Amino acid sequence: MSGSSPQLDIDYVARLARLALTEAEKQAFAHQLGDVLTYIEQLKAVDVTGIEPTAHAFEVVNVWQEDVSAPAFPVEKALQNAPAARDHMIVVPKVVDDAG
Amino acid sequence: MSSVVQNPSSTDFEAVIGLEVHVQLRTRSKMFTRVPTGFGEPPNTLTDPVILGLPGALPVMNREALDKIITTGLLLGCTIAPVCKWDRKNYFYPDSPKNYQISQYDQPICVGGSVEIELPGPSRNIMGAHRQVQLTRIHLEEDVGKLNHFAADSLVDYNRAGTPLMEIVTEPDLHSADEVFAFLTALRTALVAAGISECDMEKGQLRCDANISVRPVGATKLGTKVELKNLNSISGVRDGVAYEIKRQTAAVRRGESIIQETRRFDPEVGSSTSMRSKEMAHDYRYFPDPDLMPVKVDEAWLARLRALVPELPFDKQRRFFEQYQLPYTITSVLVPDRALSDWFEQAVGGMPARAQAVGNWIANDLLRELAAAGQTLADCRIKPAHIAGLVAAVESGVISSSIAKEVFVEMFATGDAADVIIERKGLKQSTDTGELEKWCAEAIAANPRSVADFKSGNEKAINAFKGGIMKASKGKANPKLVDEILRRLLSA
Repeated sequence: MSGSSPQLDIDYVARLARLALTEAEKQAFAHQLGDVLTYIEQLKAVDVTGIEPTAHAFEVVNVWQEDVSAPAFPVEKALQNAPAARDHMIVVPKVVDDAG
Repeated sequence: MSSVVQNPSSTDFEAVIGLEVHVQLRTRSKMFTRVPTGFGEPPNTLTDPVILGLPGALPVMNREALDKIITTGLLLGCTIAPVCKWDRKNYFYPDSPKNYQISQYDQPICVGGSVEIELPGPSRNIMGAHRQVQLTRIHLEEDVGKLNHFAADSLVDYNRAGTPLMEIVTEPDLHSADEVFAFLTALRTALVAAGISECDMEKGQLRCDANISVRPVGATKLGTKVELKNLNSISGVRDGVAYEIKRQTAAVRRGESIIQETRRFDPEVGSSTSMRSKEMAHDYRYFPDPDLMPVKVDEAWLARLRALVPELPFDKQRRFFEQYQLPYTITSVLVPDRALSDWFEQAVGGMPARAQAVGNWIANDLLRELAAAGQTLADCRIKPAHIAGLVAAVESGVISSSIAKEVFVEMFATGDAADVIIERKGLKQSTDTGELEKWCAEAIAANPRSVADFKSGNEKAINAFKGGIMKASKGKANPKLVDEILRRLLSA
């Protein structure tokens, strides 16, 4: 499998993933992701007439727990991986509220 | 411009509004992990590996949250999907540590349904028109964390993240700010009564976005819609929607076109500002979440929940009209508050004839005393049976209605039963004819002019004696007996 798929816009994908890619990286990733898409195209060719669509390979449903509360992380542990913290909160760069 | 308007300045416009209402479900633990839910806790004290999206952490559904959304669906007449799944809504923003939100995209658990609303009546005391507002769907998702913005940076608190969140989407079936207000009020009342959510907007338990467009009356094509966000109270929603309808109508009349965008309403200023236009719209790349198995709702599950679905508030109101002959004003006080209406029904017991009197005591005296004492019904020392006892004491003539007010205040303060207080304070209405005759005779002797008036045919003159008798008896004289005795003595 080789070649990039016409459906793939590497700049758009990088922007959605908040990744700043160099030209070389763009080329490399466009190629790799193109292979993935080509593989998917191949899967699409399989005749699935009469097969019920499913989101999972296993016929397991209703995996749940009762609504009982379990212990939470102590705040120190919750903040352990944060690059910066203040007032027990994680510091992030100021971002425009456009999360929808 | 999208709609064809020949002469916009002289055309009448109508608004078309659809709502997206987010409601936090009242559960002990979060949607996909058992860390507790909570509001007002110290920041980042309600997290665990699932909430923080740590590698290897796996989500597990909260069964109670599923029960609650299905109950909501049954309450609002939705079709419950026999099978539904979970999807990842992918986006990069610090409110979600794992860079996606678990939601339901193309298979919501509840489809269709409606919410009955009451529009404002001609006055506060007169019931307004009712109608059903159609719903599109209700789905379940997880809430996200909260960002606190500062001048140079933002601080993230993940306590809210992962709280079970229900999204209720209406059809574009609302046409005015008043209808939107009525919809949210009815929805909140129904959900609170059913124990689904506290729906406290100040705590973010109920949040609303509105999609608003205007079009010439009679047009079938929808105008360009604007999404209004940041609506933090039900009256804020009403004001925001009213402002947006006015803004769009004025713009179209001026011949301007409406830009599809998201706007933020500022309740302080009373106007909205643009947040983003359609060009910046998101691409969430939804796909089924491989970490979660589908939900299958069978008939046994539905039957169990159906048996527990409570009466809708408007249905209860109609029942109160029918069963207790209560006036609209009293039902409007009792019905929106499930605890209060239950309390009312307990006080009425099996005696619907007492319902009016019981309703009046609750709606007027009890609520006034509770407010003055800063108490809730749960703190209240008066029990439903006490009100029943008080009403019975008035009905049987043991005390007059003016003495009953005094007894009520004492009941509220002490929590004692009416008959105990009546006995202790010696408030029993006097039906001792000897004593009554003595007071009547004294009153007649003291008012020769009124005697003459009465004898010359002035019926009303009889009232002149009664004030003195009531005073002499400290309000305990039975008015009916007093009237009889006076007439007998005066005609003698």
